[in-house]
Amino acid sequence: MSHDQEPDHDHEPDHDHEHRGHGHDHESHGHPPGQRHPFQPDLEDGPYSWHMALTDAVADLLLAKGLITADELRRTLEDIDSKSPALGARLVARAWVDPAFKARLLADVNAAAAELGIDAGPIPIRAVECAPGEHHVIVCTLCSCYPRLLLGAAPDWYKARAYRSRVVREPRPVLAEFGLELDPEVAVIVHDSTAELRFMVLPERPAGTEGWDEERLAALVTRDCLIGVARPRVPAA
Amino acid sequence: MRRHHDMGGLPAGPVERSEHEHAPWEKKVDAILRLLVAKKIMTLDELRRGIEELGPGAYDELSYFERWIRSIANVLLEKGVIGVHELGLAIEAAEARRAAAEACPKTVPAP
Repeated sequence: MSHDQEPDHDHEPDHDHEHRGHGHDHESHGHPPGQRHPFQPDLEDGPYSWHMALTDAVADLLLAKGLITADELRRTLEDIDSKSPALGARLVARAWVDPAFKARLLADVNAAAAELGIDAGPIPIRAVECAPGEHHVIVCTLCSCYPRLLLGAAPDWYKARAYRSRVVREPRPVLAEFGLELDPEVAVIVHDSTAELRFMVLPERPAGTEGWDEERLAALVTRDCLIGVARPRVPAA
Repeated sequence: MRRHHDMGGLPAGPVERSEHEHAPWEKKVDAILRLLVAKKIMTLDELRRGIEELGPGAYDELSYFERWIRSIANVLLEKGVIGVHELGLAIEAAEARRAAAEACPKTVPAP
């Protein structure tokens, strides 16, 4: 089936659903959607858009066909909620205190994460290490590839046109917009992610953190530090 | 020739820094995709190809997860995993279910 038969070409994306779906008994079609839906509607979400209905419809069909189960869906949603930049921060903090771990992290992020009990997913992630005179930043110019299975969802701006277009051409002004002013002698290396290879930035350990434990160090490492649009900073005492 | 999604290096305005928390339906789209990929029913490359085939208008006007679910639905239709008729019915059923759930608290049936 070709995509010109896409189901939605004659609907406005947010069109009102009031006039549709009434007066039908879908169960009488021998049609399972609606029988096994595992979620209560979230009435607080605001208007139920056509794309929300499409999402529920696709899920209902996959459930009805037994291609996915309600339990798998629930567990996947839990997994999505469990991932956050804090996991990346733990890896960075361990790397800062343990040079052998750092070497393993640079060799294979996914395996190093597994050492800490973190499932970073099946897609390889490469850590790129900042050093004096060398700063790294990540992007996905073609779409939105990001180590989501480790760090959680990418920020909206990472997926938007301005960042994707500009950071590869003029990284210094873009970083300056984020408040990161780099000295001219610092090289900026931009990494363009793909579906097969994702990146995370291993920032430099800030001065003034000697003797800190991992938990305290990890608290310095924000999501933006792991993308490379910020550097860890020791809060003023 | 450069296609519309291939925007690396092009001029663009300032980075818009506002962010939003993902809505439950957006997480559901993400969960559906992860399960389909894990079960090898579709691939990430197919997701991206489906998004690129939405064309420049949809690419720029739809929200991120609106693009995703459209691509997912189109890829599943293309592969025959789901049918266009049953998808139409399922959308109507989802909308009817939602309308009923919204009406429910307000309507007490007469005895």
